[in-house]
Amino acid sequence: MNNYKRVMIIPTWSAFLLLPFMGIIKAIIGGGIILAGFILFSAMNNFMKSERGRKTSAGIQNRINNLHSFIEGPQIKKRLLSLLLLLLIVIPLLMNNYYIDVLTITGIYVVLALGLNIVVGLAGLLDLGYIAFYAVGAYSYGILNTEFGIAFWPALIIGALLSALCGMMLGIITLRLRGDYLAIVTLGFLMIVHLILNNWDDLTHGPNGILGIDPPALGGFTLSAPLHFYYLILVLAGLAVFVINRINNSGIGRAWIAMREDEIAASAMGINVTNMKILAFALGASWAGLAGVFFAGRYAFISPESFTFFETVLVLSMVVLGGMGSITGVIIGVALLIILPEVFRGFQDYRMLAFGGAMALMMIFRPQGLIGNPRRKIELMPNEERI
Amino acid sequence: MLLQQLINGITLGAVYALIALGYTMVYGILELINFAHGEIYMLGAYVAIVTLSFLTFSGLTAKSLLLSLLIAGIVSMIYCGAYGLTLEKVAYRPLRHAPRLSPLISAIGMSIFLQNYVMLTQGSADKIFPHIFPADSITMGNATLTYLQGFIIVTSVILMLALQAFTKKTRLGKAMRATAQDKKMASLVGIDINTVIVVTFITGSVLAAAAGIMVAMYYGLINFYMGYVAGIKAFTAAVLGGIGNIQGAVMGGFLLGILESLGAAYISSEYKDAFAFIVLILILILKPTGLLGERVPEKV
Repeated sequence: MNNYKRVMIIPTWSAFLLLPFMGIIKAIIGGGIILAGFILFSAMNNFMKSERGRKTSAGIQNRINNLHSFIEGPQIKKRLLSLLLLLLIVIPLLMNNYYIDVLTITGIYVVLALGLNIVVGLAGLLDLGYIAFYAVGAYSYGILNTEFGIAFWPALIIGALLSALCGMMLGIITLRLRGDYLAIVTLGFLMIVHLILNNWDDLTHGPNGILGIDPPALGGFTLSAPLHFYYLILVLAGLAVFVINRINNSGIGRAWIAMREDEIAASAMGINVTNMKILAFALGASWAGLAGVFFAGRYAFISPESFTFFETVLVLSMVVLGGMGSITGVIIGVALLIILPEVFRGFQDYRMLAFGGAMALMMIFRPQGLIGNPRRKIELMPNEERI
Repeated sequence: MLLQQLINGITLGAVYALIALGYTMVYGILELINFAHGEIYMLGAYVAIVTLSFLTFSGLTAKSLLLSLLIAGIVSMIYCGAYGLTLEKVAYRPLRHAPRLSPLISAIGMSIFLQNYVMLTQGSADKIFPHIFPADSITMGNATLTYLQGFIIVTSVILMLALQAFTKKTRLGKAMRATAQDKKMASLVGIDINTVIVVTFITGSVLAAAAGIMVAMYYGLINFYMGYVAGIKAFTAAVLGGIGNIQGAVMGGFLLGILESLGAAYISSEYKDAFAFIVLILILILKPTGLLGERVPEKV
């Protein structure tokens, strides 16, 4: 009975909601599509609950686990990683410039997402202003280069340090804030940075942006071809993976995780929560700054348009979809969110719609992300207490 | 000059206060920032514009302006209530017992989703809201109060008073306040928590719809991202007054509106939008409970 009622209510209700935005015919079609999706979902759900479904899903789970432990085996993991690295070095040699550029963008987002992963995934602080640090990095190189003629390499370090400084500032300001307040204040921070970029004409050239930023040079050799930039971002991304992996497994990483799980318990165990929070912000921000300097060097042009809230959402969805707290997961998340829109070019407009929906669905059905960190998984699952 | 800025500020503040009420009520009960609330406000403006153009098409607007405005308002409120209800059911209810980060991310996702849904179905260009309100005004010294501003202020105050009466006098309103104090206890005395939460979402959304329509009339332009900045500002208003506190949200809204319009006039109009965030950061550092909020001990 309940099910028949639902079959009636869901399409009618959806059509009703869609009506003023789509017109009658499309609204009815939309209602039908939503109903079909719902039926498909319940059928799948029923199958999963049945004896056979349970067996199948257990089997799949088993296989994934086996594969996982196979990959994670120390010998295999090393070999696989070197194979992957080799592929990443060799394959672009055979690609045309367009695909190399897509890979370069992927690299930038890997650095960004790994940095955000420190703040959101490890330390559990939802930072919606993350892209502000990316902007700080990009603008520090842009301004230093065009006004003072400072080269790429020193700017790389200065940009990262400046971003880390801004991150520390934000961390100190928001020290006392929990989850949702933190999210809003960091969002406000991004908007303030955006306003400054748009309005401080003397320094940032406002909405026009900064033009003619020098590309990086190595000795006498100036990077010019897309392939050069690809290898540079590959090195940076590799560095990010290496460093963040080490931090992840060090005392600091553990302290972050402990703090994320329970601040009071963590401080009772002797973790300096204050310092750890500021450190998370500073380290996360420094990677964004690094990515920003690279971005400015690669495209020679920056404007406030590149540093909007949508970018934050994009990076955040990469971290969330891939799996918060897991480096592999985050990288897969980045790859998916860059490559899928490239494959489905015709549906470009629907990209953000899909990301938004996927973020909500992910939280409901698979909060740990595609490749979840097992520790994270336990924490994100609903607790038993109900009212 | 000062009086004029005060009038503009109060008009703006009335709108902020209406949106802030939705944030504060939901937060009071669920301790969740409904990130998609600003989007509901935007939907309200869009539904109103669609309804109005439909009514114009059928010739009603030409006959009776007030009636068609009323119809557009009611339709838009119904729709926003429906969207608020759906939002709660789809995106928040399954996550009610999940850790804090999950519903927050889900809310951000829904906000992006709704923005893009409107952009795809209604186009990304600004929409012009028909100038249907008489452009007359009342002159007070060297300041003018347009009829529209008067209408916005009066309507907002009426809605706020209605909300006050609803929460203080009706059974449902009392149940709402009880739930905000202690969910478990409220359910033990026989209050259906789910109904209360749904009603809270619907009430907040209806108020946001009203705000959306009035802003659309005030500025004459609407776009799909209008809910984003307005949402954050309204949230600031809610925090300013003390989140979870209904009188606080109203006070915070008016204060923020006045502050912003004075700041734009006397300090810098380019950084107008930054004042709200600076206020937000200052409040959270200096007095996180807000002006009227009570100190809530951290739950361990």
